[in-house]
Amino acid sequence: MKTVWTIARRELASYFTSPLAYVFLVIFLLLAGFFTFTAGAFFERGEASLAAFFAWHPWLYLVLVPAVGMRLWSEERRAGTLELLLTLPVTTAQAILGKFIASWLFLALALALTFPVVVTVNVLGDPDNGAIVAGYLGSFLLAGAYLAITSMTSAMTRSQVVAFILSIVLCLFLILAGFSPVTDLLSRWASPAFVDAVAAFSVITHFDGFQKGVIDSRDLVFFISVIGFALFATGVIIRGHRAG
Amino acid sequence: MIRIENLVKTFGAKRAVDGISFTVERGEVLGFLGPNGAGKSTTMRMITGFYPPTAGRITIGGHDIVEEPLAAKRLIGYLPENAPSYPDMTVRGFLEWIAAMRGLEGDARKKAVARVVERCFLEPVLEQSIETLSKGYRHRTCLAQALVHDPDVLVLDEPTDGLDPNQKHEARNLIRELGRTKAVVFSTHILEEVDAACTRAIIIDRGRIVANGTPAELRAMSEIAGAVTVQAQGATEAKLAALGRVERVDGAFRVYPADKKATAELTRAILDLAAREGWRVEGLRTEEGQLDEVFRRITLPDTVRK
Repeated sequence: MKTVWTIARRELASYFTSPLAYVFLVIFLLLAGFFTFTAGAFFERGEASLAAFFAWHPWLYLVLVPAVGMRLWSEERRAGTLELLLTLPVTTAQAILGKFIASWLFLALALALTFPVVVTVNVLGDPDNGAIVAGYLGSFLLAGAYLAITSMTSAMTRSQVVAFILSIVLCLFLILAGFSPVTDLLSRWASPAFVDAVAAFSVITHFDGFQKGVIDSRDLVFFISVIGFALFATGVIIRGHRAG
Repeated sequence: MIRIENLVKTFGAKRAVDGISFTVERGEVLGFLGPNGAGKSTTMRMITGFYPPTAGRITIGGHDIVEEPLAAKRLIGYLPENAPSYPDMTVRGFLEWIAAMRGLEGDARKKAVARVVERCFLEPVLEQSIETLSKGYRHRTCLAQALVHDPDVLVLDEPTDGLDPNQKHEARNLIRELGRTKAVVFSTHILEEVDAACTRAIIIDRGRIVANGTPAELRAMSEIAGAVTVQAQGATEAKLAALGRVERVDGAFRVYPADKKATAELTRAILDLAAREGWRVEGLRTEEGQLDEVFRRITLPDTVRK
C-alpha cells in the first residue's frame, strides 16, 4: 500500500509541475459554470437543486477526463520510463493502482473546486443537501469510470492523441447506450428487454439515481465494476506488451 | 548471484534470445558484447524482470525472477538503455523517489541519496529538473538511480553510451570498482571497454552465445594470436618460412607458429635465426590478438542478415 502511495504521490506532483494541470482546472470550472448557468438554465428553472449542474457531467467528462488520463501509460512507454518503473520492486497492479489513484484525486480536486455552485444554491434557496452529496459521489464515480477506461486505452499506445480519441469513443458508447434519443430509436425495432439490457451498460442510467439523491447499491456496483474491469484490462495489456 | 539457464525469448516468429546460459558471481564484471540487435537488451530486460522469458530460468541471489519477482528485483540495480528518467522531476526529487520505492526511509534515504550523488558527481545539478540536464548528467542520474539501494547485482545496458571520453573513463573506473563487491553485467559494443572494465566477456550473436571467456582468452581466439612479428634488417621471407607461415606487414614479417601456444619457442627460434644470419633486429613483438578481429569473425554484420 505504501508503494502504491509513493507512486501516486509522484504522479500527482507531476500534474502540477506543468501548466497543463492549471489550464485543465480553469477550463473544467469555466465549462462546468457555462453548462450549469447558461446551457442548463440554472436560474430559469426556479428550483433549489443542482440538477442543472450534474446533468451535464457525463458530457463534460467525456473530453476532460481522457485529457487528464491519456498520458498515464502512453507517456511512460514513449519515454522508456515504463522499464524503469516496472523493474523496481513493484507489482504491475501496484503501479496501475498508484497511477489511477493519482489522477482520480486530481479529478476529485477539480470537482471539489466547484463548491461555489453549492454555496450559490444554498444562498438562493433551501436545497436538499443530501441529494447534492449523492450527486457529487455519483460524479466522482463517473469520473473514475471514464478515467479507468482512459488508463486502459493509454496502455494500448505510445501516442497520447490516440489514447485520447480511443477513450472518447469508448466513453461515448457508455453514454449513448442509455441516452434517450438512442434508446427511443432502439425501442422502435428491438424488444423492451433488449433496450433495457443495452441501457444497463450506460453511465447515464446509473448516474441518474445519484442526481436524484438516491445511492443505489446496483449503481455503486456498476461504477466499481467498470473501474475494476478497465484497470484489470490495463494490467493485461501492459503484461501483454512485454510477453511478446 | 545471477544464474541463467537456457533462456529463450521469442517475439512472434523471431527468436530474439535463443538458449543462453551463464552465471555471474559476486566480484565479477561480465561484459556483454554483440552487434546491434543480437539480443543484448532483451536478455537484460529478462534478467531485470521487465520481459517474462518465453522459456528458461533466471535466478537472482537464489530468487527466481518469475516466481519471486519482488525479492529478485530488490537485489538488482538496473540502468536501462538510453537511461530513461522522469524529465519533470529534479535530480534530488527523482533519486529520493527511487529510494522511497526501494523501501528506504528517513535518515537512511537521505544518506543513500547523498552517497550516490557524491559517487556520480551530481552535486552541481542536484536541484535542476532532469529535462534541463546535458546527456552526460542525465546518464549519471540514471546510473545513480541504479546504485541508490546499494544492490548486490548491477545490470547496466550500455552505461557509457553517449558519454564523452572523460566521462567514459570515469564510468569504466566506477564499474570496475563496483565489480569488486557486486555481480555486474554490462552491455557495450565498444571493445576497448572489455579490457578496461571486465573480468569476463560474452559475445552473443543472433540470440546465441558465440564466445565466453576472459578478455585474454577471447583475444587468443584471434587468428593472429600467438604470432610473432619481427622487424629486422637483412631478414628474408624465405628464411623465416622455415619456422612457420609468414606474412608481410608494413615492412615487417609476421610469423605464425604451427601451434598457437608455442610462441615462446618461436620467439627463441627467430632470435637464434637472426643471430646466425647476422640480421639486425629492430623490433620483435608477440601478438596477443585483437578483440575486434575476433568480434568480426564470429558475429555477422547486420547487413548480411536477412
